[in-house]
Amino acid sequence: MTAASDMMGGRSATTAPAAIELRGISKAFGPVQANRNINLSVPKGTIHGIIGENGAGKSTLMSILYGFYKPDSGQVLVNGQPITIADSQTAIRAGIGMVFQHFKLVQNFTVLENIILGVEDGALLRPSLSKARGVLKQLATEYQLNVDPDETIENLSVGHQQRVEILKALYRQADILILDEPTGVLTPAEADHLFRILEGLRDEGKTIILITHKLREIMDITDNVSVMRRGEMVASVKTAETSPEHLAELMVGRKVLLNVEKTPATPKAPILEVRNLTMTDIEGVERLRGIDLNIRAGEILGLAGVSGNGQTTLLEILGGYPPKGSKVGGEIRMNGAPLPIGGRGCDAAQRRRSGIGHIPEDRQVEGLIMDFAAWENVAFGWQDAPEFTKGMLMDNAAIRADAAAKMERFDVRPRNPNLAARNFSGGNQQKIVVAREIERNPDLLLIGQPTRGVDIGAIEFIHKQIVALRDAGKAILLVSVELDEILALSDRIAVMFDGRIMGERLPGNTTTGELGLLMAGVTDTDHTPENAGIPPGTAHVDDLPQEPV
Amino acid sequence: MEKMPKWADVILTPLISLILAMAISALVILAIGESPVMAMKTMVEGALGSSYGWGFTLYYATNFIFTGLAVMVAYHASLFNIGGEGQAAMGGLGVALVLLYLPLPHWAIALPVAMIGAAAFGAAWAFIPAYLQAKRGSHIVITTIMFNFIAAAALNYVLVNKLRPVGSMDPASARFPESTNIPALTDIAAGLGLEWGKNTPVNITFLVAIVACLLIWLLIWRTRLGYEIRVLGKSEPGAVYAGISPVRITVIAMLISGGLAGLMAINNVMGESERLVLNAVEGAGFIGIAVALMGRNHPFGVFLAALLFGFLYQGGGELALWTSIPRELIVVIQALVILFTGALDNMVRMPLERIFLSMRRTTGGAK
Repeated sequence: MTAASDMMGGRSATTAPAAIELRGISKAFGPVQANRNINLSVPKGTIHGIIGENGAGKSTLMSILYGFYKPDSGQVLVNGQPITIADSQTAIRAGIGMVFQHFKLVQNFTVLENIILGVEDGALLRPSLSKARGVLKQLATEYQLNVDPDETIENLSVGHQQRVEILKALYRQADILILDEPTGVLTPAEADHLFRILEGLRDEGKTIILITHKLREIMDITDNVSVMRRGEMVASVKTAETSPEHLAELMVGRKVLLNVEKTPATPKAPILEVRNLTMTDIEGVERLRGIDLNIRAGEILGLAGVSGNGQTTLLEILGGYPPKGSKVGGEIRMNGAPLPIGGRGCDAAQRRRSGIGHIPEDRQVEGLIMDFAAWENVAFGWQDAPEFTKGMLMDNAAIRADAAAKMERFDVRPRNPNLAARNFSGGNQQKIVVAREIERNPDLLLIGQPTRGVDIGAIEFIHKQIVALRDAGKAILLVSVELDEILALSDRIAVMFDGRIMGERLPGNTTTGELGLLMAGVTDTDHTPENAGIPPGTAHVDDLPQEPV
Repeated sequence: MEKMPKWADVILTPLISLILAMAISALVILAIGESPVMAMKTMVEGALGSSYGWGFTLYYATNFIFTGLAVMVAYHASLFNIGGEGQAAMGGLGVALVLLYLPLPHWAIALPVAMIGAAAFGAAWAFIPAYLQAKRGSHIVITTIMFNFIAAAALNYVLVNKLRPVGSMDPASARFPESTNIPALTDIAAGLGLEWGKNTPVNITFLVAIVACLLIWLLIWRTRLGYEIRVLGKSEPGAVYAGISPVRITVIAMLISGGLAGLMAINNVMGESERLVLNAVEGAGFIGIAVALMGRNHPFGVFLAALLFGFLYQGGGELALWTSIPRELIVVIQALVILFTGALDNMVRMPLERIFLSMRRTTGGAK
């Protein structure tokens, strides 16, 4: 588990001091421990991958390195020298460059102007610009970083904009380059080109830290890899000595086995049928690439996957609100009748009328109005329901009574309907949402991350409610990044990767290892629903080295 | 769990802001060699010391109630409508057109019809910025303030070229028909055998304003529409999740807001001047912003804050009349109150919150 000791240079000499060394870095935001006692050593001249789920603490760690946050404790060493990085200027002086996921470029400036921004020498621009032009030419030939210096940023493709960010860092003489999810916005060809650039940089002696949650990239180009989970650095290994499966396991983690008592499902008629569902977002990126799903009455379909692979988009579309400016194609049928998938008449209210309940992924942004009292949140989303209204007026007495009853049945503490939602703990907030949606008795319940940030006791309670709803003959789509939760609750498991369903399995016939591989995008030849439950090992699973876990 | 008790939030904060504003005003008055005590006395006596003073104070307050409510409703949808000035001006045009061109035999008929005209014109003027915000993302602060200028210019044109009676040299409409004049409160008092507020402009619209406060309270906290407005104001993703259309609610909230601002015209155009004159709104649209802020976006708070600003207006007028304090300085005093109660609200609030937090910590520790 210790990072620094495991890790001796992947590629270059082991005697030279590490380019970056972190010792015992901790950082908390209020009650949330974003980084806990992080140790990391990145040898000079290597590409080092940092992998972990969204929210694992990668970006916080890198923000500490770049001087955006101050660590609560711990030490940063650059080239063996202890250093206090108070702001990004210090980081730049120490030779650290950062390429953010969302570029920090002035859209209507030229490439050259963006590059000298903040490092103009003197009051006149012309000398700096001509100096930068020369340096740029040299960098371009050296690292295949070709960009027209006089083009304005808004006319460049995303891939070229990213090159400008890299050039900016190199122009500031960065020896250590941090890239945060660099391929998230790139086409595969652009990503390949980026990797060639990074390899070129490494061969020139630069050190590169690559933050990603894509296993394949890690395997393709890094020398060493560190895995983060829930704010902790759980492993640091040489890439050559690991496997995607092993990394997937480390990333997702294994918790205490969840114990959910449930009988085998007795699925009946199909409730939800999704055919060839596609979605292209406002930037033209395909987020869903032909999703096919069936959920029958009386079963729980678990949708596993590393977050950011399209699950959120799928939930939003099923919930009636595709992201702004997106294009949705395909077909959704509910109880046999087609549902609108965009435009007029497609909203969350329409979905609720069709018998769909929805526990959203983010209870604080979507599921609750945090400033509203608990009782007002009980009507949230159901503000049109006849029992909550009297003509144009809200029947506040009825809502209060209903809220009090729901809080009683779901053991929400403190049992005070007048308390604002933000004053409840995460678990109790979630119970309010779950109570509201489940007690509507929907034909189909969409559930996103039902137990994220929820304490163990509440997890158990919420799981029981979900199973009870299934036993009442309802269809449930469960999206979770917690593999244990998926395994414990689901009657069928579908794995999502990069906007596709990679395959379906039965929970009894699969392993976390196999699911981890599917989650990492290792292709499975059969992913039609008919083939659900094929025994593990028939696909490509055996082609990869199996690591003991 | 809240940072400080509600009473402190609602009463203490504005009160301290007010005292600070008064203290600085006193310094300013001292600096020009006048007595702050005398000035205060003049203001209080002039605005509150007689039924005549009260008549004017309430008249101004009526204007501010409508514009304050307008800002408040939009605020609950997290829209900052600073176009009350233009919407109220357009409301005046609506009133003038209705009263000049429709045959209305009695004020009891004229009043509701004029209210519809005022609200419709104010709402229409708010609709365009609302639509642009909802559909195109044009920021409502920019568009509404621009629409104030457009309204002023348009009204100028209409008054000079269309509504001005032939031969008149005054850029104002003809007088409204006698039959449409609404009763002043002094007439009502006289009807009850009381002598109150002689020669003051306060009229039956003040009662309409009180009813408006009650209705807006009902709208925001008791109706489904109000619920939807508040949801959108707190969280747009939340609204979308709940099946509430942000576009629809943005437009509706602004229509109500603009309609309320327009309704002010019942007071100043129909009730007081009984014809449409240039610049009839006289900045009441902007005062509405301070009234809503100081009133903590609650109709009762708006009512109280409107009374305060009514007092400042009337008292300021008296000050100009009876002392040698120049008119401009009275504007400065009014501006200080707006500055402290509106814009610098957090300056008082945050230290107060800290005091209450530390008080709680010490008492919590004692338990």
